[in-house]
Parts: sequence; C-alpha cells; structure tokens
Amino acid sequence: MSLKEEVELLQRIPFFAQIEPAKLKLLAFTSERVGFDPGQVLFKKGDMGDAAYIIIEGEAEVLVDTAGGAAVVATLGKNAFVGEIAILCDVPRTATVRAKDRVVALRIAKELFMRLVTEFPQMAIAIMRELAHRLEMTNQRLREALSRTT
Amino acid sequence: MPPDALNGELEPTIYRFILRHSWRDQIVVLGVTAASLPFYYYSLDLPKTIVNEAILGKEFPQKWWFGLVLDQIPYLMALCGLFLALVFINGGFKYAINVLQNRTGERMLRRLRFSLYSRLIRFPLGHFKKVSSGEIIPMITSEVEPLGGFIGESFALPAFQGGQLLTLLSFMFIQDPVLGAAAVAFYPLQGYVIPRLQRKVNQLGKRRVRTVRVLADRVNESTAGICEIRTNDAARWQMAQIAKILGTIYDIRYEIFQRKFFIKFLNNFINQLTPFFFYSIGGYLVITGELSAGALVAVLAAYKDLASPWKELLDFYQRKEDSRIKYDQIIEQFAPDGMLEARLQLGEGEASLVGELAATNLTLVEDEQDRVVDGVTFSVPAGTHVAVIGTSGSGKIELAMLLARLVAPSNGRVTVGGADLATMPLGIIGRRIGYAGATPHLFAVSLRENLWYGLKSKPVRDTATTEDGVRRRQARLAEARRAGNIDLDPDADWVDYAAAGVANEAELIERTVEVLRVVDLEEDVYALGLRGRLDPERQAKAAEGLLHARFALAERLKAEKITHLVEPFDPERYNQNASVAENLLFGTPMSPAFEFDALPSNAYFLEVLDKAGLREDLINMGAQVAETMIELFAGLPPEHEFFEQFSFISANDLPEYQAILGRIAKSGRDSLREEDRRRLLALPLKLIATRHRLGLIDEAMQQRIVEARRIFARDLPDYARNQIAFFDIGSYNPAATLQDNLLFGKIAYGEAEAATRIPALIAEVVKGLELRHIVVAVGLDFNVGTGGGRLSMAQRQKAALARALLKRPDLLILNEAASALDGTAQVKVVRGIRRLCEGKTVVWVLQRAGLARNFDHVLVMSDGRIVEKGPPGELERSGTLYKTLVAAE
Repeated sequence: MSLKEEVELLQRIPFFAQIEPAKLKLLAFTSERVGFDPGQVLFKKGDMGDAAYIIIEGEAEVLVDTAGGAAVVATLGKNAFVGEIAILCDVPRTATVRAKDRVVALRIAKELFMRLVTEFPQMAIAIMRELAHRLEMTNQRLREALSRTT
Repeated sequence: MPPDALNGELEPTIYRFILRHSWRDQIVVLGVTAASLPFYYYSLDLPKTIVNEAILGKEFPQKWWFGLVLDQIPYLMALCGLFLALVFINGGFKYAINVLQNRTGERMLRRLRFSLYSRLIRFPLGHFKKVSSGEIIPMITSEVEPLGGFIGESFALPAFQGGQLLTLLSFMFIQDPVLGAAAVAFYPLQGYVIPRLQRKVNQLGKRRVRTVRVLADRVNESTAGICEIRTNDAARWQMAQIAKILGTIYDIRYEIFQRKFFIKFLNNFINQLTPFFFYSIGGYLVITGELSAGALVAVLAAYKDLASPWKELLDFYQRKEDSRIKYDQIIEQFAPDGMLEARLQLGEGEASLVGELAATNLTLVEDEQDRVVDGVTFSVPAGTHVAVIGTSGSGKIELAMLLARLVAPSNGRVTVGGADLATMPLGIIGRRIGYAGATPHLFAVSLRENLWYGLKSKPVRDTATTEDGVRRRQARLAEARRAGNIDLDPDADWVDYAAAGVANEAELIERTVEVLRVVDLEEDVYALGLRGRLDPERQAKAAEGLLHARFALAERLKAEKITHLVEPFDPERYNQNASVAENLLFGTPMSPAFEFDALPSNAYFLEVLDKAGLREDLINMGAQVAETMIELFAGLPPEHEFFEQFSFISANDLPEYQAILGRIAKSGRDSLREEDRRRLLALPLKLIATRHRLGLIDEAMQQRIVEARRIFARDLPDYARNQIAFFDIGSYNPAATLQDNLLFGKIAYGEAEAATRIPALIAEVVKGLELRHIVVAVGLDFNVGTGGGRLSMAQRQKAALARALLKRPDLLILNEAASALDGTAQVKVVRGIRRLCEGKTVVWVLQRAGLARNFDHVLVMSDGRIVEKGPPGELERSGTLYKTLVAAE
C-alpha cells in the first residue's frame, strides 16, 4: 500500500476526516507502518501509551480482564483507529489489543501526533469536534439509559 | 637511564640553562665563527687591492703569490676570482653557523618543553584547581617557541655579528683613524639610550604575556561553561569581560609599538648621520691627497656592511631581554610547592604492597587551615575489604586520595606492610595500587588501550622488525637523549602481559572480557562490537567464524519461522528494505567516490545508468520525489525537526528544488542544467521502498535496477575493484559492520518483532558458535572519543574499574567509583569486584552507605575524622552514625 492509499485510509477515519489531504500525507509519511504476527500484542493494558494505531489490514482483538481471565470484547478490522485516548491524555492503556491474524497498522507516535496538532490548528479543531461529538453521543446514551431505569 | 632533564631542577636563569645543557654546542659554534673572521677581514681588504693595484696600478707585470707573474688584466681577473671565492667561503660559513645554531636552538627548545611537561605531571593535584589548562598550555606550546631561536643564537650571534663589527671597525681604523672614529662616534650614545628605552618596552612585554594568559584562561573557561552562559543569558556579561581584557591588551600593545617605533626612529637617524661625516671628511681627505680614493671606496663599502651587524646586535639585545623575561615567567609557573619529587616519578622497585594497611594520624590541611582529613588513624590486616562511608564533605574522598598517594598528607603517614607510601616511587605505587575515582578520565584512543593503560609502565617488546626500522628508531632515540628527553620507544609494545598475569595477547583479551563481565560492561562492549568492523585479512579466523554464523543465523530464522523479519541480499532480487543506491551498488562503498551521496557525480555510476537506460527515469523519479517533499514540507518552518528526521531535502535546499520544478514546468526536462539533473538524481537513490511507501518503484523498475546492478558489477573497471565490497553470501564484507555481516540482509521495516527478536537471535547464534569474544574484541577497538565522551558516565566508570582491576593490584582503592551506575548494577559490581579481589586489600569509598553492609570492615567518617569503625554487624545498632547513614537511603 502506498502513501496515497494510506491518506485515503486516514480520510475515512472521523478524527482525520476534516483535515486537508496534504497534512494527512505528512502524517502518513512521518508515521511508521508496523506488521504484527498473529498473537502478538499491539499494546498491553496498563502500559503507558506512546502511539495510536490505524489498522490497514487484518483483524485485532480487544481483550479485557475478567474474573475468568482475559475475554475478547471487540474485534477491530480495517480502518479501525485504536489507542487514541492514550495519546491525547496521559492515561495507561485501558485494554490489551492483540493481533488475531497478520495485522498491518500505521503507527502514529504520540509525540508526532501532538506536534502536528500544535502545528496545524485545523487539526486540533477537527479533533475537538470529534471528541465533542463522542461526548454528545455518550450523553445521549446516558440520557437514554437513565430514562429507561426511571 | 633517566635523562638528566627528568631529575634536575630547572635552571633559574636562561643563560644558566643554556650553558648547562649546550655549552659544547656553543663552543663549536663559537669556534666556527672565529674561524670565519679572518676570511671576512680579507674579503673587506680585497676591494682596495683591486681598485688601487689592479685597476689604478701602474707596475706591470706584477709578481703575485707562489711566484706567479701576471699582467694587468690577468691580475685583475685573478683578484676578482679570489673575491668570488671569498664570497663563497663567507656564505658557506654563514650557512654552517646558521645550521649549527638553529640545531642547538631546536634541541634546547625540545629540552625545555620536555622539562616543562615532565614537571607538569608532577604538580600536586591541588595546583590544578588554581591554574587552568588555558594558562599552562600556551606556556608549553607557543610561549617557549621564540626561546628556541634565541638559545641557538645566544652566543653565536653576538660573537659573529660582534666579530664582524670589530673586524669592520679595525679595518676602518687601519684605513684611516679619523674615519673610523667618525663611524663609531654615536655608538656610545646608542648603547646608552636604547637599552634604557628598551627596558620600559620589556616591562610592557611582560605585562602583555600575563594578560594574554588571562585571555586564554577566560576563553577556556567560556568553552567549559558554555551551558551556564546560555542558560543564564550571560553572553553580554562574558563578552564585556573579554572586551575588557582585549582592551587592556590593545593598550599595552599600542604603547609597545609606539615605543618600539620611536627607538627605531632614533636608531635610523643616528645611523644616517655617520655617512654625513664620511662624505664630508673623507671627501676632503681624498681631495687633499691624504687618503686614496680606493681606501674611501673600501671604507664606504665597509660602512654599508657595518649597519647590518650593528642593527643585528641591537635587535639581539632586545630579543635577549624578551627571552630572559619569558624564561623567568615560565619557570615561575612551573615550580609550585609540593611537587612530586622527580626521583619518585620514574623510580622503580620490585616491592609488593601486601600487608597490613595502616594510617597514622593522617591529616590533610587545605587552604592553610581547613582540616579536610583530621588525624585519621586505623589499621586493617591484609586482604580486608574496607568500606568508607560518610556524608559528602566528611573527608572520605580525600582519605581515599591520601591512601592512593595522589595527595601528599600534611601530617601523618600511610603504611602498607610497614613501608611508608610517601617515600615509595610511582614505579611501585602505580603498579601495585589500583585506583578509580568518580569522574575517571579516558584517553581519546580505543577502549582496549584505555583498559590496558595500567599495564604500560614501560616498553616490553620491540616492534621494529627490519634492520632499517631498528636503525631509524636508534637514531630517533639518540636525538631524544641529546635533547634530554626520555629515551623510551613509544612505538614499541608497552603492554606488560605478566602484569595482568597472562602470557600473551589472546589470553589478555580473555582476561579483559572476564573483568568486563565483573564490572558489567561486557554487554555494552559486545554491542559496540556488533557495530564495529574487522579486517578479514588480518583476522581470517574471526571472519571465517562470523561467516559461519551468518549461515547459522539464516537457519535459525527459518527454524523460528521469522524469515520475514530479515530480507536477505539476493543478487537476483530487488531488496525492498534497502535504498535504491544500495540495490544498484549491491555492496558497501570503501572509497569516498562510491559513497552513496557521491554517486550522482560518479562518472562510472552514471555510465552504468546510461547503459541500463535508467538515468532519465531516475531523474524523472527524482522530480516526483521532489514534488512530494515540497508538498509535504514546504508549509513547515525551516527549523522544524521533521526536515532532519524525515525529509529527503533539507530546508535550505527546498527553494532550490522548487526552482528546478518550476523550470521543468516551464520548458520541460530537457532544459535542465547538469547540476539540476544531479540534484534530482540524488533523491531517488535514497528511496527505501518499504519505509517511504511513495509507490514510485514498481515491479518493472525493480527488474531494471537489478539489471543495472549486474552491469555495474560486470563492467567495473580495475581501478575501482577495491573501492566496493560487493555483497557476497560466501565472503566476509570488510566494509560492513559485524552485525550487517551476520544479517547479510536488511532488517525489515515496520515489523514489530524485529527490534527485539533479531538482536536476541544474533546473540544466541554468536554465543552458540563461541564467537562472542571475537565480537567483544572488535568492541574493544571502539574509540572512546575525547575524555571518553562517546561513552556514558556509567560506562566510563565501569571502564575505569576494569582498568584498575586488570593490573591485579595488591591494594585497590575505589573512590565513589561506581556512583553513576544504577542501583542494581552497583550491587552487582560491588559483589563481582569483591569476589575477584578475594585476599587483596580493598578500600571502597561508597556513595550509597547501604552497600557497606557486605564489607568486612567499615570506617564511618564525619568532619574529617573517623567516628566509628568495625565490622558492619557491630555498627548495626541504634544511635550509630552508621545506622543513620544506612537508614537514610
């Protein structure tokens, strides 16, 4: 997959959808593409996050510890953006992500991402918009949940 | 045989120095000078004979030497021939005298510099706190330089020029006493006034030297304190300080010049007065017939010659004064109190330092009253491992330095087995005591040489093999002796295997590796080794082993099913993880002409591209790369770090490439200049398919590059054969690192596992084939840089520990020597060294008191005194300072 395709991929992710292609190209060019063999972890729960990943090919599983051991709570496929919370705020990883089959991902280093955000305000605005959108979604779900219980 | 410059004190005055060390040479020069004077006199007299007797003479034929009878013309020619011969002889004398005196001067300069250096390394350590290298270095290097010139001429010049002057004067007096008197009439005045004026200039000169030293010191300080200057915004303050010193130097120099030029003016004026008398008085005498015209011509010629020696003498007087002052000033700086005695510096002895270590009333007073170590008394039996702890400023650091005899005690003494350290030569102390401090110095040579530094007390093996080599070395050492330098061959092999308890180099390397393991440095050196190179011709066996490991590694990759982590070099295939340049060359450049950056201007390389029909396509690709780079990076500020990290084009060059693309857009690619094409060609050569993902190198292009690779190797001219080490699965590549040789391929980009698994696998294979010592040996060749700057502080400390351990000292003194290591490493290193030094006495000043727990004996220091001592078990009770210090961690 070439840089051009990576840019197209990035555009499909809500976080980056609003950002002009030239900036996305820079993001893609300065990011590393990483391959994971089946069973290898992208990151572990509790680790400090240093990068977010965009899955280019293959599937990855999100694992959460339960009383009966680790359980798969979700499966991520192509175009999934994972680990973004850890690069926006300094919190440890909330779950473990493991490659289900051969996974190729674009690794966006925290440092790089933050630098781009400070460099290009339009990127920060796009991210703000996306986060606000998510918050609104969460609120909505909360309202729905509350109205159901009462 | 220690040369006397090593033993003797420096002579108090420069003339004593000259006479003591070069009187023989001076006598020879004086002898030659004396021999030259009669010829000189005769050459003055001859013109008179030529004019009076040959040209104006009347009685011919004339009888000449050896009964020869000559007519006028032959007589004239004979005399002129004689004159020519005299010119030649006089020139020859001058040449011989110059050579002799300069040789003497250079030898004496060499001697002086050497004595200064040998004194420098005897300075008491405390003195280095007071004087800076900025002051000392120019004294040994530039300031003494003019002294050499002066020493050479110190006797010869006054003798020669004075002799000439006297010869000229006596010649003039013989011609005519009045004219002679006129010539020297002003000499007394000049001789009286000039030195008086000169004295003031000399004093200024002295001040200038001192001020320049201050300048050197400040500049030196600024380089050392550059971080402080920047972080405190002190540039203006520093500049103002320097400007002030420069101002002082300007004032001094300006005054010196003014005075010097005035002296010159006075001299010239007086010198010009004399001809006035010649023409007036001499002319009068010729007219009245009291003096022959020939005599006046000769006198005038002689007077013209007179100016030069007189001027030389006056100049010499100035130089003499300069040199005298300079010598005094330098000597003064090289005689601090408390210098190590010269006889101890190079003295030798075979004694060992085994036995009870005892300090009696050991006291060190600094700055006249500060009792840093105050009446310390203790004794421990041989083989005890002693820990010294205390807060900083407790005197523990200084105690260790006293025990290692780095510092001389103000009072009290240190004995080992009853023998006083104070009277022991360094030949015993330096070999039998191992010492490492907290900030050890490493020399800017290989790690190996640093580690073996303690084994180089003197040359042990001759390295000169040819007869010619032996002769050259003997000549070199003989000359060193003549200049009072040490006459030991620096090119010999100085590494004393016996001192390390081994028989040969191979064993010593083995032993070094062992010690490296003890100080926890072996891993690091191994890593350095993997990044190093070795010469397969000189180390055929090692190369063969590594080649073997290359195949073993490939097998392991297969067995572990991780072949996708390394893409091997295959002559038939394009390597996705290598750059285009690497793919084309398919080898490692061994000369600058074939470095990847130089390829766009390498004629042969371009020829190959043309043969493969690739040049235009690559230039086209370059234009595309440039376009992408401009698109990506043009919006960034030039100082942005992305340029350095990611861009193919530096921020500075970006506009240049923009202009090139502009030209292409306007008038097509054919309009490009040769230089533009070269610039564009440089870009795709750096492309790595998997890393840059620009999608510019498709399957077909890859095929064509592989084809070009084939042409490149096939048509390579003979001259370039040894400038590239081609990738060949069956041979060791001398230009590539050990790791690259083992991999024989490229680690795949973007494989999450590669970074951890490949090194681990390499380590396994290397260990399995018992090649680890080879890699470590290559790591030992790593140049540590100035002051060991290419190593981390912890690595430097470890290296210093290894250096102290390798010489197997009887007494090991470690002065917070592992303080930069992290906690676990410290514990490991302390344990390892204690085990290695079982039966030897060890004194370890610890920064972390907790480590003292494992030692046999503990000294607890406070305010320069030992406040508690005993086995750690005994001190482990409440209320002791020991307990407090240990608990404080």
